[in-house]
Amino acid sequence: MCGINAPIPISDAHLDDLRRIILKTVNKDQVLILSNIPRVPTSITSVLRNISRRYNVPLSTLRRNAQILKSMNLITYGEASDFSGVELTELGRFITELTAGEEPSLLGTMVQTVSGLRPLGTVLKGLRQRVLRMVAEAGSGHLGASLSVIDILAVLYFVKMRHDPSNPEWAERDRLVLSKGHAAPALYAVLAEAGYFPQEELVSLRRLGGLLQGHPEIQIPGVDASTGSLGQGLSIAVGMALAAKMDEAPHKVYAIIGDGELDEGQIWEAALTAGHHGLDNLVAIVDRNQFQLTGRTEEVKAMEPVGEKWKSFGWEVVEADGNDPPSILDALDVCELTGGKPSAIIAHTTKGKGVSFMEGNKFSKSIPDASELARALAELA
Amino acid sequence: MESSSQLESFGRALVELGRERDDIVVLDPDVASSTKTIYFAESFPSRFIRVGISEQDMLGIASGLAAAGKTPIAVGFAMFIIGRGWEQIANSIARQRLDAKIVGTHAGLSPHADGESHQMYGDVALMRTVPNMRVVVPGDAPSAVEALRAALEYRGPVYLRLMRGSTPTVYCEDIEFEMGRANVLREGSDATVIANGIMLSRALTAAERLIGEGINVRVIDMHTIKPLDTGAIAKMAKETGAIVTAEEHSIIGGLGSAVAETLVEAIPTPMERIGIRDHFGESSRSYPELLAHVGLTPEAIAEAVRRVIERK
Repeated sequence: MCGINAPIPISDAHLDDLRRIILKTVNKDQVLILSNIPRVPTSITSVLRNISRRYNVPLSTLRRNAQILKSMNLITYGEASDFSGVELTELGRFITELTAGEEPSLLGTMVQTVSGLRPLGTVLKGLRQRVLRMVAEAGSGHLGASLSVIDILAVLYFVKMRHDPSNPEWAERDRLVLSKGHAAPALYAVLAEAGYFPQEELVSLRRLGGLLQGHPEIQIPGVDASTGSLGQGLSIAVGMALAAKMDEAPHKVYAIIGDGELDEGQIWEAALTAGHHGLDNLVAIVDRNQFQLTGRTEEVKAMEPVGEKWKSFGWEVVEADGNDPPSILDALDVCELTGGKPSAIIAHTTKGKGVSFMEGNKFSKSIPDASELARALAELA
Repeated sequence: MESSSQLESFGRALVELGRERDDIVVLDPDVASSTKTIYFAESFPSRFIRVGISEQDMLGIASGLAAAGKTPIAVGFAMFIIGRGWEQIANSIARQRLDAKIVGTHAGLSPHADGESHQMYGDVALMRTVPNMRVVVPGDAPSAVEALRAALEYRGPVYLRLMRGSTPTVYCEDIEFEMGRANVLREGSDATVIANGIMLSRALTAAERLIGEGINVRVIDMHTIKPLDTGAIAKMAKETGAIVTAEEHSIIGGLGSAVAETLVEAIPTPMERIGIRDHFGESSRSYPELLAHVGLTPEAIAEAVRRVIERK
């Protein structure tokens, strides 16, 4: 490894910068572990059990994060974990002190948009406003399903995925297949915000000759697969993941599936295939908003226990709050640690999320009139 | 006529092509030993994907592979890959104009013993209606290999229809095979028989028999149904004044329909169609016996020629 030639800055101002950088690297659960390591050596298992109980975080999530901290040389513990104590390393002590009392705030994190660096929380409000305007303007479209999935899309495109809006065909980019293609307005709003095409295009949604078709089309810059017919996107993502494995390419493939869409048999064919091939470069995210077109999913065709189903098909399963960016990002981070298996995130969401009078009701499939639109936009201002 | 197996030749050609091009990936819905993709599997195991008995998933995977720069060839029984997979082909492949090849084997009545559950004679009609699709029905084993090569040289979705069992060899010398261009197999001026698939050799047999009656029949291999060689059809209509189509497919939506559509718009001409007349198939221990049972014989073609000449 090369030495650093420049002098290391250690003024308070630089410490603030360093703190910000570190909080983008270590996640919430990792900070939790670091700040809860006792001064006396204690077994890693009992430390993690305590944290799990106190903060209500699954033990398996903590275990994985402890492994990451160990690989980052921030903590040490022996292989026979029950008999050896966990300790902070010198670097770990420094990082822990630096991050003490800091709640990592993903919503405050500056993300790259077409209009420069902006806090993710602000970006999300703007995206929701644009989705509302697009659907109201077009006179049709799936508002509720777009609002339930938009946080997931935003975390993927603004935080997680490697992609380049100035080069949509970049071969090494991570891929995203929006299998629940009816949430196209959300995808379009995110892609425009990222800079794939001008924001002005958003008003062309569902207009004859317009760029933005009712469901995603591969001709639209940034769209990786044409979808809209439910059940087909996961197979496409499996094909992309298999191709990446053949080429030993490092990129990831994400597929977002609706919970109603799980009724389709092809989803489970693809789930079997991905499990069989151990596609650990594939992440399926189920937008578990509890509703499908004609009613609650559990009334139309009972799908619970959803997570158990994926598990039994050979997938690693992570539960997340799909409308909470930090929870989404944690889940996506955990998926990166899964070797030899595809990962499924059961993202619990609310249909129509973000607009109080649209959440979980008829607005999920109807179009707001002018006064309803104004009220909704005011809530998001 | 000599005969040989389309699938055997296809399977061997896949291996050759696999050697020439490392972008080729073959997908199998658990029928490799029947479709003969097993040879490719043995030669290139890392480029052979066993998807299990899941045609819909297979076609979606082909879409993803093509989007990632591979050239997938999905090979399954025509009834299931086309019948069950029509919408996946339309929505996941053709709509994106992806470079994926779809091969339907055991087409028509060729799985004679299996009966109507496995006999597919609507596949050409189904594939013709999908925009961006090309549809190719080779008449013998050598031209099946050429059709496969042509399909791979073309960038875009192609449906290649093959049959089970052995097929009389029509092309003995070097084949000039161009997708979308009909081949004249026999000259004649009294009528034209436009055929493809297994009916091509039967059309040639019919033409031989008609010589004794003083009838000279032209025989055309219309191996590509989409894009259709409409220029050739108009030319044959003008020069011979009578057309007979012969196909191992439903008379609804296949070669006969495509030719009729062209004639009606370009040059109305007396025409007869030989094909499966809107009924399901059935089991038979012999393929020729089953073809005869549903009227797909040289004699039926000859009779249609006599009828159509009467109508000139």
